[in-house]
Amino acid sequence: MNSVSVLQRIQAANPFQHRQRRETVLDVLTYVVLGALLILIVFPLFWMLVTSFKPLSEVRRYPPTIFPQTFTLENYVDIWQQYPFANFLINSFLISGLGTVGAILSCTLAGFALARLRFPGDRVLFIVVLATLMIPYPARMIPLFVLMSKLGWIDTYLPLIVPWFFGNAYGVFLMRQFFKGIPGELMEAGILDGCNPLHVLVRIYLPLSVPAITALSVVTFTTIWNDFIPPLIFINSMQKMPIAVGLAFFKGQGEAIWSWLMAASVLSALPLLLLYIFAQRYIIESMALAGLKR
Amino acid sequence: MARSPARYNAVWAYLMLLPFLIGLVVFIVGPLFFAVFLSFTDWNILGWPRWIGLLNYNELVADPVFWKAFWNTIYYTVVTVPVTIVISLGLATLMNRPIRGVFVLRAIYFSPITVSVIAVGLLWSWLYTPNYGFLNYVLRFLGIQPISWLVSAQTALISLMIVGIWRGLGFNIVVMLAGLKSIPHELYDASAIDGANEIQQFRHVTLPMLTPTLFFAVVMAFISSFQVFELTYIMTQGGPSNSTTTLIYNTYLQGFTFLRMGYASAISVIFLAVVLIVTIWQIKFQERWVHYDE
Repeated sequence: MNSVSVLQRIQAANPFQHRQRRETVLDVLTYVVLGALLILIVFPLFWMLVTSFKPLSEVRRYPPTIFPQTFTLENYVDIWQQYPFANFLINSFLISGLGTVGAILSCTLAGFALARLRFPGDRVLFIVVLATLMIPYPARMIPLFVLMSKLGWIDTYLPLIVPWFFGNAYGVFLMRQFFKGIPGELMEAGILDGCNPLHVLVRIYLPLSVPAITALSVVTFTTIWNDFIPPLIFINSMQKMPIAVGLAFFKGQGEAIWSWLMAASVLSALPLLLLYIFAQRYIIESMALAGLKR
Repeated sequence: MARSPARYNAVWAYLMLLPFLIGLVVFIVGPLFFAVFLSFTDWNILGWPRWIGLLNYNELVADPVFWKAFWNTIYYTVVTVPVTIVISLGLATLMNRPIRGVFVLRAIYFSPITVSVIAVGLLWSWLYTPNYGFLNYVLRFLGIQPISWLVSAQTALISLMIVGIWRGLGFNIVVMLAGLKSIPHELYDASAIDGANEIQQFRHVTLPMLTPTLFFAVVMAFISSFQVFELTYIMTQGGPSNSTTTLIYNTYLQGFTFLRMGYASAISVIFLAVVLIVTIWQIKFQERWVHYDE
């Protein structure tokens, strides 16, 4: 049979044919708007990338060139020599990694307790968790500085890592919502078998929690990696600075060496971008959980 | 096993919540009380704080820089929050239509958040450079008068707002998309049968069903915008003529550059008070306009 005429006959019989044609105009508009916004949003990052491959002489040129006329990797080599860039990266990995471990431990425990255990104060505590979201870090930064100062922890990694081992509102909220989504019968079965709640968590719920833990890890790692105020106020020596603050040294006096700066910025964003691409699905799901459930 | 199941649960719950509870006291609630205490003292971190009663608050009220910071922060927030939410809602709505490549689009829109805020600030500082920055190059190319961006007191704060909005779009798009996806399809089908076109559907189905998500997004965006600090620190250092000094920047300056911990605490207490009052008001007010489906 002639497939084209069958299609045409079906379309001719379609009562919504008129609406479908109008919908196509809206479709075109959609692509145009999304495409335009895409260019606007991506352009600065694109600019950062191409600048990192230009020699400083070309970067300073006006009118500016978009694509590198002289493609060079010299910036990526120079930054390691000019600044303790390797230190910056290692520090960032160390701090973000350890902090993430701490967050997973404390938030999973707390989230599980709130989700699967009945106890006096469980409602109140959940509200308290949400309430802490309303307390921005800058409101606490001065007292925290005083505390760390009295502890002798200034200019060490401790103020940047240790607090993460004591839970944070977002992580606890995320894990609690996730655990609530897993059937409670698993818990009851585990208790009947004589397991204590910790056993139930580790043996039964944890293996099922890979998406949530992945999302929490990636979000926490990214947050700590880009965290600016804590390293700014707690770290003084350049060797100990993570990349979030270390990049600021690339500005220095007078005019910045933009080509180095952009190369350093690209390198510092790369681990996060890779991590994010890998775990994008999980992050989106976790935000869906956060914004919807009550 | 403990004496009763309730007791058993409570003990285990509080054990698992212990890290979070310790963190709550040591890193969140404790610092808040301490900040209030500090705000009534004069202290430069050496020795002991000296009680001076309301003197810090008197000074604050009379300080034009404080009021400029307050006003700048409000101005910044009042512009970036609605603009970010409206644009991300629009983009998310478009992305929610049956088109291809949404996964990639979402990843790209989200990417500005993964780049460190210093890199973002330095990158945009360069784009904003009046003489040879790319933005003015484009403006001159189009025959438009170049803008002074960060150099002039009139345009500096707006330049920061643009960066803030640029950075915040990705996160809000993800939140909006999650909210849009949760709207049951039957509602759209029912309204289509009643003869509604896409625009009418948006007004009468999408928007009402999206109000919980909008509420979440607005609260989060407000708290995030009101604490704006990094952009100022990196791009303008509060200038020109304090036109980009924000409340937290002022706090940082007073506390860590001038070492006036007491005065800085007073500023941060006011900051926190405003955040709490506005957020609580938003929560109370939500009953009027947020439509829950429970």
